[in-house]
Amino acid sequence: MTIDALPPALIMILGGLLVPLFKGRARQVWLLALPIISFANLLLIPQGSHWVYPFLSDHLVFGRVDKLSLIFGYIFHLVAFLSALYALHVDDTVQNVAGTVYAGAAIGAVFAGDMFTLFVFWEALTISATFLILARRTEKALGAGFRYFMVHVAGGLCLLAGIILHVSQTGSAAFDLIGLSGAASWLIFIGIGVNCAWPILHPWLTDAYPEATITGTIFLSAFTTKTAVYALARAFPGTEELIIIGATMAAFPIFYAVIENDLRRVLAYSLINQVGFMVVGIGIGTALSMNGAIAHAFNDILFKGLLFMTMGAVMYRTGKINATDLGGLYKSMPLTCAFCIVGAASISAFPLFSGFVSKSMVMEAAAHGDMRWVWFILLFASAGVFHHAGIKIPFFAFYSHDSGIRCKEAPLHMILAMGISAALCILIGCFPQYLYKLLPYAVDYHPYTASHVLAQTQLLFFSALAFTLLLLAGIYPPEIRSINVDADWIYRKGGALIYRFCQWAFDGINDWANRIFAQRFPQLLAHFFEEPGGNFQKYGYRLWVEASGINRNQEKVDRNIDRRSRNAAYPVGGGVLLAVMLLALVSVVLYLR
Amino acid sequence: MSENPIKMDEELGMFDKPRNVKRLLFTFYTCVALLLVVDLFYHKHAIFAWESYFGFYSVYGFVACVILVILAKYVLRPIVMRKEDYYDD
Repeated sequence: MTIDALPPALIMILGGLLVPLFKGRARQVWLLALPIISFANLLLIPQGSHWVYPFLSDHLVFGRVDKLSLIFGYIFHLVAFLSALYALHVDDTVQNVAGTVYAGAAIGAVFAGDMFTLFVFWEALTISATFLILARRTEKALGAGFRYFMVHVAGGLCLLAGIILHVSQTGSAAFDLIGLSGAASWLIFIGIGVNCAWPILHPWLTDAYPEATITGTIFLSAFTTKTAVYALARAFPGTEELIIIGATMAAFPIFYAVIENDLRRVLAYSLINQVGFMVVGIGIGTALSMNGAIAHAFNDILFKGLLFMTMGAVMYRTGKINATDLGGLYKSMPLTCAFCIVGAASISAFPLFSGFVSKSMVMEAAAHGDMRWVWFILLFASAGVFHHAGIKIPFFAFYSHDSGIRCKEAPLHMILAMGISAALCILIGCFPQYLYKLLPYAVDYHPYTASHVLAQTQLLFFSALAFTLLLLAGIYPPEIRSINVDADWIYRKGGALIYRFCQWAFDGINDWANRIFAQRFPQLLAHFFEEPGGNFQKYGYRLWVEASGINRNQEKVDRNIDRRSRNAAYPVGGGVLLAVMLLALVSVVLYLR
Repeated sequence: MSENPIKMDEELGMFDKPRNVKRLLFTFYTCVALLLVVDLFYHKHAIFAWESYFGFYSVYGFVACVILVILAKYVLRPIVMRKEDYYDD
């Protein structure tokens, strides 16, 4: 170890755990300084594998630094800083610690060179993220946080099973190209897929992100899914299954987003939609598509974070987030509104905004591979994302009908965080070469051709035209106070069903056992042992009567037995005889042994 | 293009003055029409053949969004929509 730097994740994680030592202003400075110091530390690390320690039969690698991990490292530091700035007003130790550790875990995961290190940071992500959800401290957040944790623990175990199987089969724990072949790789694939929010595995995202704290959601939107995108890019580039998965991800959430009322949930659906583009890019696996996927992950972290920030600011000032409760806020929060429109333009891939320079790389790679259906679906998703995230979010929050809400503009630190994000979105959109330089493969891609600009502008303007006409014609679905069931129905209702079944089955057994063993049986025994000698004779006599058929006056016999038993008027010889017989029996048994 | 900031400035008055809404819509329709007209004179470099058909992107964008909304409203919503307390046992 000749370099004077610390492992990439160390500063954020240790620094995060030390947060409780600071109070007030000092804590704010500390939270802002951590990402900056950690970033400076990262710049000191040369490319290569560092902090390699022997572990079992292999090695733990805490610092595999190459172009792929670096670009994720850069954007993670950037967004960690922006999120910390946005959350500067939050004086809640749980959130302060969880947010910082969460960012550190994501950084640790992308620089992990082996699967065990990856797994540890992967689980650290889950735990810290859960606290960001629970920290909202509402009943809904508790439920969502619990479900989030359970789903990710299941996914993590799947990943761990795959890792152990993979290591035992190949003898290597190095986290590199795996490719789909055999059970081990499938387990790893699906384990990553849970964090990547693949269809059917996705509802943890749309369930939990909108229930997290205002600032927690900003952190959440950046790290978990993008770490999974990184893991896919590292281990499964060119896996064809990813094309189908990604295309599904890009398409289906937009239908949900159109009818969703909670605006942060709309953004959660569009997050899945954007990750879909990245997954398709990784699935295609050419240099252009991989670059596109990674560049889009970089941009998405910024513009999705920006959109969540603007909705968070609205929520912070108004306490409301449902489209039915909002509207007309452009007067009260003009800056937030402007930033929201920048974010909307970026996610919609308007020319001069960041989405334009990355999304099209994936589209073009699909076209070069002659994947026409994938191309059509992605084009549909591009139009759709403009529809729900590009227009719906700003329109229903800031325009639409005037909700009558008059509030203050977002606080200064939020404005700053949103402003920097918005500026970066425009900067990358106008000067994509700076982003392209960071990409892992050599790029010869020019987004600003007249054809591309014209095509994209036409697509978006006619999408907007459809929105306008449908809205004016009254066909656009009105916002309704409601929830929409998704795949989480399976475990939310299914879980309740299992719970009820268990309640019925086990409580039934319990009840029965209670009746028989705790009540009836002792009762009978107690009754019997009130007069053990008398009862013994009575029941014995009855048995003898049944067996022999000789019937004497039963009542009289019973009376006699009772009388003798109460008065203890037995001849002494009877007791002695019984004792001798017992001893004899015991002797015989012992002898036979 | 940088339509968005400009659009926002115009919309600042839109709730108070219906005239502004009309102006905005008129500007928007004009842009849409112009974009379609441009297609007549400019031949796009296309990878797929259909990309160079007249108005392909315009029609696709419009139709895609109409289908999206119709399906979401009339197919998906009746299937998945529940009351807000659906999961509260």
